[in-house]
Amino acid sequence: MIGESRVPRFRRGVRFRYDQIRRAWVLLAPEKLYMPDEVAVEILKLVDGERSIALIADDLASRFDAPRELIVRDTAAALEDLSLRGALEL
Amino acid sequence: MNYTQPPMGLIAELTHRCPLQCAYCSNPIALDPPLGELTTADWMRVLDQAAALGILQVHFSGGEPMARADLVQLVAHASSAGLYTNIITSGVLLSDAAMSDLLHARIDHIQLSFQDALLAEGDRFGGYRGGHARKLEAARRIREAGLPLTANFVVHRQNVGRVEAMIALGEALQAERIEIAHVQYYGWALLNRSALLPSREQLEATNKVVTTARTRLAGRIAIDYVVPDYYAARPKACMGGWGKRFINISPSGKALPCHAAETLTDLAFPSVRDMSLKDIWTDSEAFRRFRGTEWMPAPCRSCDRREIDWGGCRCQALALAGDATATDPACAQSPDHALMAEAVAAAVDAPLDLVPRRMRRVADA
Repeated sequence: MIGESRVPRFRRGVRFRYDQIRRAWVLLAPEKLYMPDEVAVEILKLVDGERSIALIADDLASRFDAPRELIVRDTAAALEDLSLRGALEL
Repeated sequence: MNYTQPPMGLIAELTHRCPLQCAYCSNPIALDPPLGELTTADWMRVLDQAAALGILQVHFSGGEPMARADLVQLVAHASSAGLYTNIITSGVLLSDAAMSDLLHARIDHIQLSFQDALLAEGDRFGGYRGGHARKLEAARRIREAGLPLTANFVVHRQNVGRVEAMIALGEALQAERIEIAHVQYYGWALLNRSALLPSREQLEATNKVVTTARTRLAGRIAIDYVVPDYYAARPKACMGGWGKRFINISPSGKALPCHAAETLTDLAFPSVRDMSLKDIWTDSEAFRRFRGTEWMPAPCRSCDRREIDWGGCRCQALALAGDATATDPACAQSPDHALMAEAVAAAVDAPLDLVPRRMRRVADA
């Protein structure tokens, strides 16, 4: 698993925005389009190029009823997946 | 069946004009003439309708979209409407001034095509002297503008041995994404199929090169890889399913479920001059004809992959099996599957001469 000190940021040409028509968050990337699930949406809302995975997990742990360890693991996995698809830098 | 699910992408084929003459072009053999192209006002109306319908991304394509004098205006209009804007270009017209104008219009991404990793070969396949050098300049301008770059390489029998060099070029150009796309056999490419189809050995060697490069570049550069249907056991989900994700607008304004759909001459495709995108998407016979699974013949209808590949490609079924409603011959379950192996066999010793893509059709080859 990637370390929790890593700082995720959206790559150039990637836009994460709310779509009024679908009433859903969408991640728009060069010739790709992702519809993140609810968990991923909460993670991506905290991606600002400054917060580390650890800080993102802290924020989520304060709001959701799950052990922090599990949240870190899920957050790192979701971000790594999007990094491999070219949407994020880690 | 009435879909409420909105489309994701609009492919705006602004023009069929193109300074290049690639013999593997998937544009139709009968190219739309310049005089019949939609006006700027037509396109602006279509872009507004697209955003209202829920389309998220617009891909300005062609032909060469930069051959349209109003491209910058259309990109700006699409951006203002909230659409993610992408240009699919050969790059030979991407001057400093054009780059600067596109930046101001808030372009999101540019896909730049290359015909080869080698200058002389690239110019030969593109039929445009000096084209490769201009593309390298275009790539530099895109990067200096701070935009993401996709380097697209179309591969075929005559250049497939250089895929490693193509990936190295993409890396050197600092592309975010590299596309290694085997030719898809529609339009001009189908006409030139025997001179372009790779052998199985060539395909397998390319698969290996791509797999190795993907591992090496993981997390840095994403490589999209598109294989030819001719060695497949299962068809591709053409356009992600008919009338499911995309609307393609031809230069003259025909709304098509895929860019080759005009070969299906039994279907009447609506024009954006006469109908709104919303009515086209939800109500037109053309978009409903092969949507979903109800239209499917056996064995597609009961196949457990019917909602994965959506029956493959209708244009390929017509072009190869002579019936747009047939199972895609790319599928091993198709009674016509042997046609694929026959095409491969016919290409083995075929001459390498290519019919260049030109606006005025050359005498039938």
